[in-house]
Amino acid sequence: MKTTRREFLMTAGALGAATLPWPAYAAPMFDSILMFVPAAPGGGWDGTARAIEQACKSAELVGSFQFENVGGSGGMVGLPRFVNQRKAQANALMVAGSVMIGAAISAKSPIGIQSVVPIAKLTEESGVVVVPANSPIKSFAELVAAFKADPRKVPVAGGSAGGTDHILLGLMLKALGRNPKEAAYVAFAGGGPANAAIIGGQVAAGISGYSEFEEQIKGGRMRPLAVSGESRIPGVSVPTLREQGMNVVSANWRGVFGAPGIQPAQRAALEKLIAAMRDTAGWKQILTTRRWADSYQAGSAFEKYIAQDVTDTLGVMKDLGLAA
Amino acid sequence: MDALAHLAQGFSNALQPAVLMYGFLGCLVGTLVGVLPGIGPALTIALLLPLTFKVPATAMFVLFAGIYYGAMYGGSTTSILLNTPGESASVMTALEGNRMARRGMAGPALATAAIGSFIAGTIGTIALTFFSPLIVEAALLFGPAEYFSLMLLALVAVTSVLGNSLLRGLVSLNLGLLFGMVGVDLQTGQHRFAFGQAELLDGLEVTIVAVGLFAVGEAMFMAWKGHAAEGKVEKISGSLWLDRDGWRRSWKPWLRGTLFGFPIGAMPAGGAELPTLLSYYTEKKLSKNPEEFGNGAIEGVAGPEAANNAAAAGVLMPLLTLGIPTSATAAILLSAFTSYGIAPGPLLFQQQADLVWTLIASLYVGNVILLVLNLPLVGLWVQLLRIPAPWLYGGIILISTAGVYGASSSVFDVGLLYAFGLIGFVMRRFDFPVAPMVMGLILGPMAEQSMRQALTISAGDFATFATRPISGTILAIAALMLIVPRVLRSRNA
Repeated sequence: MKTTRREFLMTAGALGAATLPWPAYAAPMFDSILMFVPAAPGGGWDGTARAIEQACKSAELVGSFQFENVGGSGGMVGLPRFVNQRKAQANALMVAGSVMIGAAISAKSPIGIQSVVPIAKLTEESGVVVVPANSPIKSFAELVAAFKADPRKVPVAGGSAGGTDHILLGLMLKALGRNPKEAAYVAFAGGGPANAAIIGGQVAAGISGYSEFEEQIKGGRMRPLAVSGESRIPGVSVPTLREQGMNVVSANWRGVFGAPGIQPAQRAALEKLIAAMRDTAGWKQILTTRRWADSYQAGSAFEKYIAQDVTDTLGVMKDLGLAA
Repeated sequence: MDALAHLAQGFSNALQPAVLMYGFLGCLVGTLVGVLPGIGPALTIALLLPLTFKVPATAMFVLFAGIYYGAMYGGSTTSILLNTPGESASVMTALEGNRMARRGMAGPALATAAIGSFIAGTIGTIALTFFSPLIVEAALLFGPAEYFSLMLLALVAVTSVLGNSLLRGLVSLNLGLLFGMVGVDLQTGQHRFAFGQAELLDGLEVTIVAVGLFAVGEAMFMAWKGHAAEGKVEKISGSLWLDRDGWRRSWKPWLRGTLFGFPIGAMPAGGAELPTLLSYYTEKKLSKNPEEFGNGAIEGVAGPEAANNAAAAGVLMPLLTLGIPTSATAAILLSAFTSYGIAPGPLLFQQQADLVWTLIASLYVGNVILLVLNLPLVGLWVQLLRIPAPWLYGGIILISTAGVYGASSSVFDVGLLYAFGLIGFVMRRFDFPVAPMVMGLILGPMAEQSMRQALTISAGDFATFATRPISGTILAIAALMLIVPRVLRSRNA
């Protein structure tokens, strides 16, 4: 998976070419891109990376893609490797997202998402709060009442401790004036067991990304009470937390990053590539089939967004007792 | 019947030459993947995922189904011949299977594994066809409390693999439980025994530990024994096929193994290892000659092999009926569905009837292909034993290393493989059984997490394990399993 000198020279050449005022369609913007995925093949980050490849190749923006998957621990195994081995490599891209922020905090790792160069945020997914279909809790107001009475009596299923689902529960309890540490959070490894525990009525409620629960909601086995995004999910009639009087917004975003130490011009070239990729018909098609919400954001706006997300996440994790 | 009509339609799709070819290819790749230690079906299918952009959905899922079932067949081969299970679900097969091979009975052992796999796979697929909604609803009654009780039951069953020395067996089991603690704690996010190594945060990969302890450990042990080991790998004597006695002793374990396999496989946190362990325990307890266990009892191969293939069919039930993945392979299959824009869920059978029924039909077809493919291979596989031991075991180390490195491209994992190889060697040298350690590593984290999940749900009340009807029943069975044999023995004495 090492980049050869030849590849490097070709990339440098391509970069030079990309900055020249030639028509964009004359040559690919990059001869090759090294796509680094800090997760095992098959997961969400990997899916995003493969979708980028698919869109770029069908629009001939990039000659070839090379993939490197290093999975483990919310990206905390892969991230240090990307930072150390790909330093200043102009054609390296890494897919990451909000999960990595929490993972870096709980791993107390000196290397975090701030160690790589933000290129663009691409997609975003709202969380959703559900109850089993046969639950006595019929509305969000009833769930709130149950939380207010005693959060310890309302077991909530979700992904691993400190992940986006857990953080959303912490934010909700805090907004209700309860101590987030009181949460009866039942962490499950992976979406399968969590889904089963909710539809089997083993827990009182569940929190996850909307796509994780979508089919169970459509099949009538889970009742959605609220979504966590800024606004409603298109085509889904579930109201947001804000609409129901709770000032909490959270979403699981995914984006791409460049290697540390790349030059501003090199960063600009990557940003240009991703911007062009986002405009391709192929990418729009993928967004619809996978039901990903387009949340494109680049440059300083994206940097600010990340900084805010890191501060917020650290705050909630302290409240949850997961960070010092 | 509606299901039969759909199934007939599915068969007519699955038997089209182009689709059949994908099925055959899948079975072949799957068998290879199962034979090579360290490479599993989940990884193989994940690596093939990019093909979903090019190949039509039906053909792709037929291919994946072939790989999935094929890997379950292939897994037994190296377990039996070389005592080197390539994945955790074939660990139990190695125990008796390899003893049989050493007695020159590799042929019947491979045959009972292949036929048992076929029977269990077919019964499992029939159950999947007609009863999966029922079985899945029943499996959903299992919550964390029930899983914890089931794990206690499994821990009682582990006593059947502790070997001759109780102390050595327990040391091995407890080391396994300890190794199971390594990594980030799911419920609190705290790091345990990771020593600042990011690679350890996800815990020790069972496959790496199993391949290290068994394959690498065995190879090192053989090397250490040197010339003394020569001639130890027995030449094949007798039939390559099951004789009348083999059939007579195998058919009941096949059926019992199947009965353990698919319900537990269908449970959201069941897995394929647990049924193989329970099947082994049952066969040992029911055997008229329990002293044969440990020296190559054919029941100990027939049962666990059937259990592991039936579990593979069981895993597909919650995936297809509810869209719930319960194993690593199922999770990858789920993402293959989504990359076609198909969302598996409660509505899958209505919305994608054609695809689902073709997939199910291809499971039947795949089973037949695998039987046809594997029975003649028995003759070929046993030829492996003719390779001189130094080359053979050198090759095993090479393939294990390539498999583990290929799976993660992590040098750390390769180091881990050798570290566990060394542990496996030392344990063999001093006569500690290695199977309990693997079982401890699998059962420990499941038992711990489900206990804590159950306690969070019950707000800290331990009575939940006894008062929930299913959980209480399982606990009672576990207690009986512990007490009854002792009472009977003291009476007889």
